[in-house]
Amino acid sequence: MADTSLQPRTKERAADAPTRREVYEAGVRRRANRIALISTVSVVLAIVLLVPLAPGWEAVQRAFFNGRVFAATFPGLLEAFLLNVMIFAWSAPLIALTGLAIALCRDARAPALFPLRLFGIAYTDIFRGLPVVLVIYIIGFGVPGLGLPRPWNSPYIWGTLALVLVYSAYVAEVIRSGIDSIHQSQRSAAASLGLSDRDTMRFVVLPQAIRNVVPANMNLFIALQKDVALLSFIGPVEIFRQAGVYKSLYANFTPYVGAALIFLALTIPATRYADYLMNKQNRARS
Amino acid sequence: MTAKLRLRGVRKRFGDHEVCKGIDLDVAEGEMVCLIGASGSGKSTLLRCMNLLEPIDDGTIWLDGQDISEPGLDPQPVRQKIGIVFQSYNLFPHMTAAENVMLAPRRVRGLSRDDLRPKVTQLFTRFGLGDRMEHYPDQLSGGQQQRVAIIRALAMEPQIMLFDEITSALDPELVGEVLDVLRDLRGQGMTMVLATHEMGFARELADKVCFLDAGRILEQGPPDALFAAPREARTKAFLSRVL
Repeated sequence: MADTSLQPRTKERAADAPTRREVYEAGVRRRANRIALISTVSVVLAIVLLVPLAPGWEAVQRAFFNGRVFAATFPGLLEAFLLNVMIFAWSAPLIALTGLAIALCRDARAPALFPLRLFGIAYTDIFRGLPVVLVIYIIGFGVPGLGLPRPWNSPYIWGTLALVLVYSAYVAEVIRSGIDSIHQSQRSAAASLGLSDRDTMRFVVLPQAIRNVVPANMNLFIALQKDVALLSFIGPVEIFRQAGVYKSLYANFTPYVGAALIFLALTIPATRYADYLMNKQNRARS
Repeated sequence: MTAKLRLRGVRKRFGDHEVCKGIDLDVAEGEMVCLIGASGSGKSTLLRCMNLLEPIDDGTIWLDGQDISEPGLDPQPVRQKIGIVFQSYNLFPHMTAAENVMLAPRRVRGLSRDDLRPKVTQLFTRFGLGDRMEHYPDQLSGGQQQRVAIIRALAMEPQIMLFDEITSALDPELVGEVLDVLRDLRGQGMTMVLATHEMGFARELADKVCFLDAGRILEQGPPDALFAAPREARTKAFLSRVL
């Protein structure tokens, strides 16, 4: 028991025996684990026992957790999810490059480049200030409305553009914070060697800045993976839209649960990994 | 005799605080000048003004008779001629020691890695770091990092080297190896200006010691004279505190 460690020790400690402090801390840890376990089990039990007692449980179970519908629709959902992955795959590099370009615009110091700087500020202000779905609607319906010929009226092009516009604004801000995080002494050292501002940015500041903001950017790309589903509003039949089709077909909501599980299978590991990177970086810094 | 580096009436202020209040200084070719004085007396700022990292507010600096303090002058060619080494090394942490050294010669002077390799290897070997070229800064001790920083500045083949308290951040047992590098450079006839707290070193090797106090050079002269018989009361007080 944990209490024993609190009793005075009279005997000499063997060389490999734990110290008084170690024994005490192990006791504290055991108690904490026990309390956490008990409280978790009681909460889970409460949910499992109480929720089915709700009057509508039977109906909800049929509508959302229907095994037969799940089995019938899951392969189709997985296939539709491939489209999400593809849209993500071509959007992500475009977003990274555009974000970097905008960040560099905002950092431009020469007076001749002031318009560029102004553009960078306006860009990040505007696109961080709008809901993603609104930008998708305006661009996805607006631009093809100009009467463009195929394939230039494709929702894939304009939907992708909308995602790139919004997400690159966030990425630009993250990269800019990375640039700001590089200590002035690094720029001094580069300048003292006769390096130009351009070379200083390219070889000294940016490589360090981008490394510093990898975890923060990963979080943005995880959010992007989810927001790809918003393109369904302008046409593409990706997983969310496909789940909607199945819902109407089977008159059952289970496909949405299936879609949610597919998203989580991807986003949870990615989030954990981003957190791991972030913690590693914080440890390295302290 | 014309000085290699000549300063007249150099003033520098940060906001309301004037850090250099009219500095006159001559550095002759091949001379080693030590700047001593309490923290905040303006030593570091003066060095940073010399290679134009800080633009001066008033006064003139000539390098080989050319006015380099003219506002609007492109500082890059000047900085290639005047190298500086900082107290905190300021190595680029994402590059190996060799890449740190080769970056500026590659980008500024357009040399290739292959061109540079023999000379850089020779510099590393000369300063006892022949087996550390491919290490990253965080794999090196403070003394090794500071030697790499010196090599990095030397690789641009400067005519003058400035050293800003380069041993102050080092553990005492690592100071010696860095001072040995300075001795070596002194032997080669490099023109050097040091801000330093190493009084013994200044006394041993300097041609001229300048005591800075509150932004002015209060007293200067050969080390033996200045250390043995300081004229000013403030110099005496400072020396009695540090010696």
